[in-house]
Amino acid sequence: MIVRTPPGILAAAALIARKDLAIEFRTRSAFLAALTFSLVAIAIFYFAWDATAVGAVDLAPGVLWVIFTFSGLLGLHRSFGVEEADRAIDALLASPIDREAVFLGKAFANLAFVLGVQAVAIPAVALFYNLPLTRVLLPLTAIAVLAAIGLVSVGTLFSAMASNTRLAELLLPVLALPFFVPIVMPAAQVTARLLQGRPISEAMSWLRILIAFDIVFVVACALAFPFTLED
Amino acid sequence: MSRAATPAEPTRDHVLAPTPAATSALIAIEAAGLSRSFGRRVVLRDLTFQVRDGECLALFGPNGAGKTTLLRVIAGLLRPTRGTAKVAGVNLPGGAEARSVVGLISHQTMLYSALSALENVEFAAKLYGVASPRAAAMRALERIRLADRASSPVRSLSRGMQQRVSIARAIVHDPRVVLLDEPYTGLDEAGAVALTDALETLKSAGAALMLVTHHLSEGLALATHTAIMRDGRFVQHDARGDVAVEAYRDLYREAVMG
Amino acid sequence: MTASARESDRPRFDWLLALAVVAMLATFVRVAYFTPVEARQGLAQKIFYLHVPTAFIALYVAFAIVGLTSAMYLWLRDERLDRIAASAAEVGVVYMAVVLLTGPMWAKPIWGTWWTWDARLTLTLFAWFVFLGYLILRGAIEDESTRSRYSAVLGILGTLLVPFIHLSVYLFRTLHPMPILLKPSRPSLPNDMLLTFGMAFVALTLLFVALIRIRYRLAVTLDALGHEEAAEEARVGTLRPHPIR
Repeated sequence: MIVRTPPGILAAAALIARKDLAIEFRTRSAFLAALTFSLVAIAIFYFAWDATAVGAVDLAPGVLWVIFTFSGLLGLHRSFGVEEADRAIDALLASPIDREAVFLGKAFANLAFVLGVQAVAIPAVALFYNLPLTRVLLPLTAIAVLAAIGLVSVGTLFSAMASNTRLAELLLPVLALPFFVPIVMPAAQVTARLLQGRPISEAMSWLRILIAFDIVFVVACALAFPFTLED
Repeated sequence: MSRAATPAEPTRDHVLAPTPAATSALIAIEAAGLSRSFGRRVVLRDLTFQVRDGECLALFGPNGAGKTTLLRVIAGLLRPTRGTAKVAGVNLPGGAEARSVVGLISHQTMLYSALSALENVEFAAKLYGVASPRAAAMRALERIRLADRASSPVRSLSRGMQQRVSIARAIVHDPRVVLLDEPYTGLDEAGAVALTDALETLKSAGAALMLVTHHLSEGLALATHTAIMRDGRFVQHDARGDVAVEAYRDLYREAVMG
Repeated sequence: MTASARESDRPRFDWLLALAVVAMLATFVRVAYFTPVEARQGLAQKIFYLHVPTAFIALYVAFAIVGLTSAMYLWLRDERLDRIAASAAEVGVVYMAVVLLTGPMWAKPIWGTWWTWDARLTLTLFAWFVFLGYLILRGAIEDESTRSRYSAVLGILGTLLVPFIHLSVYLFRTLHPMPILLKPSRPSLPNDMLLTFGMAFVALTLLFVALIRIRYRLAVTLDALGHEEAAEEARVGTLRPHPIR
């Protein structure tokens, strides 16, 4: 018999994340769809809300973070779809890796996906709304990462459940959107203050909510994930 | 799909004559009073059996008898509701220890259609912690005679070839226990031969096989033991012996209809 | 199985429901005729006695029940816990709907707007969405054990979510001061108003528990019926011979 040492939880998660990203890169369709959706939506929102009546700087945070949630949802669905197609999930679960590694790996891949879309969407919003992006780029990136972590934890878990039900595509937004409230609210509030030129220290209470949400839900979702698997 | 050849006992040559070491071979799979229910529906009832290294237990039975469920329990995908099941001496669900020595083949390919054959098998090799995963993956593909299509994306392969990739994926880590759920589904002649050869090699190397199939002749060709399942129970469970395929067919009909 | 189904067929006097109804009637009489009318807000203020206790029960009691029974279900896998959670969620949805309806009914005559984004109403709105998601999830899953497991996961996560929404909404309110449109839940009320409030609270709690119990019994009956049907199907199924190749 071959001597084997199965990978530990983080190594296994990395394996799965790389595999998911390789698949996504091969087809690219979901990423392009999410990206296109973001850009079209940003453009439409610009004309839907008259930027002459209300300042662009006031509208932009809302637009940015609403689109963030919906484009994030678009990407999440394919996360477990690829496992369901030919029951590849059975092969994953029959292998010696930890179940939590499956969750972490998929969450990592989703995180890369969401941040990839944001890397284009945020500059696009800055462009269309004429925002002073360079001034706030660093803190805005930090918020984007924090928000993405929260979105991806809840979204990965719910997409695991939704992929197993009748209403899969419809169910994911219905379940997930209330959970995005403590992400979107702080993100939008902090972004607004940043764009108004206020120091980030003023928005610390909002940041604290976002960080606390991330910590609680990354742990809770990772622990809850094995319960979404049939046992 | 019947591959019944015309000579009287065509599969005789493939049945391993019991070697002196056979009876002292280690127990690879073991169940004692194994039961599994889904809510109130009892699917496995009080199963007790053993499969030793080098043996192949062929499982026959009607749909809904619980064969797939039994394999899923042994694979560590489901936990027993009552009773015990062990793989390589480890109580199931035994975590990484038990799962690392098991290979699972299903009638669904369990592959990622966007990735190539080699990538799929290599991914599995890495999951099991096989050293030099790429080389091991190529070796597995060679055993199942698909090495020339290694870099083709799985979705471009025929169903039969996909099934072969799935087999390579299941054996890349040289498992001690191989669970097969209707593995001949979709295989053409060449594929079926390649599969049987691979399984014979595994068996002679000491692997324990559990084979669920509707193809009586194929199952009997590989089997050292046979069992017929009905309503979650074994209604027949014996060494393969010298029973001819046709005789076994009658035995089966009686067991299932009676 | 069949025994318990027959048992719940027998019409049985629901003393808890009767008590709750009596309490509700008594409270109504007290609110309408024996409680003074509030000086500034007038008659419309009396909706307060329905609106506030209902909100409290829906937001805290319902979620506590769902959260606790969900966690215990994942630990013990007892289907009764799952049924309690589902019943509490359903009754919770109804109670929250009452809050969301009485809010505008209270706001319109006093402040002229139907909807106020005040903290409690907003929190109830989002909590309502969570419970609705819970019920929709249950409706989308056929298999019992999967349904119970998934609901339990959602129940626990939803209960974890409520404090975060609470924090977000209240922080929003303090930073964007709006006129205090609806009185806080524990105001300095004169004694007779306080007594009415207490009565309303007790009555609504009794009703809540009574309704959960009714819903639970209905779930038991439905489950039993479902199992009888499944057993029948299974019996018929195995009689059919299966051909082998």
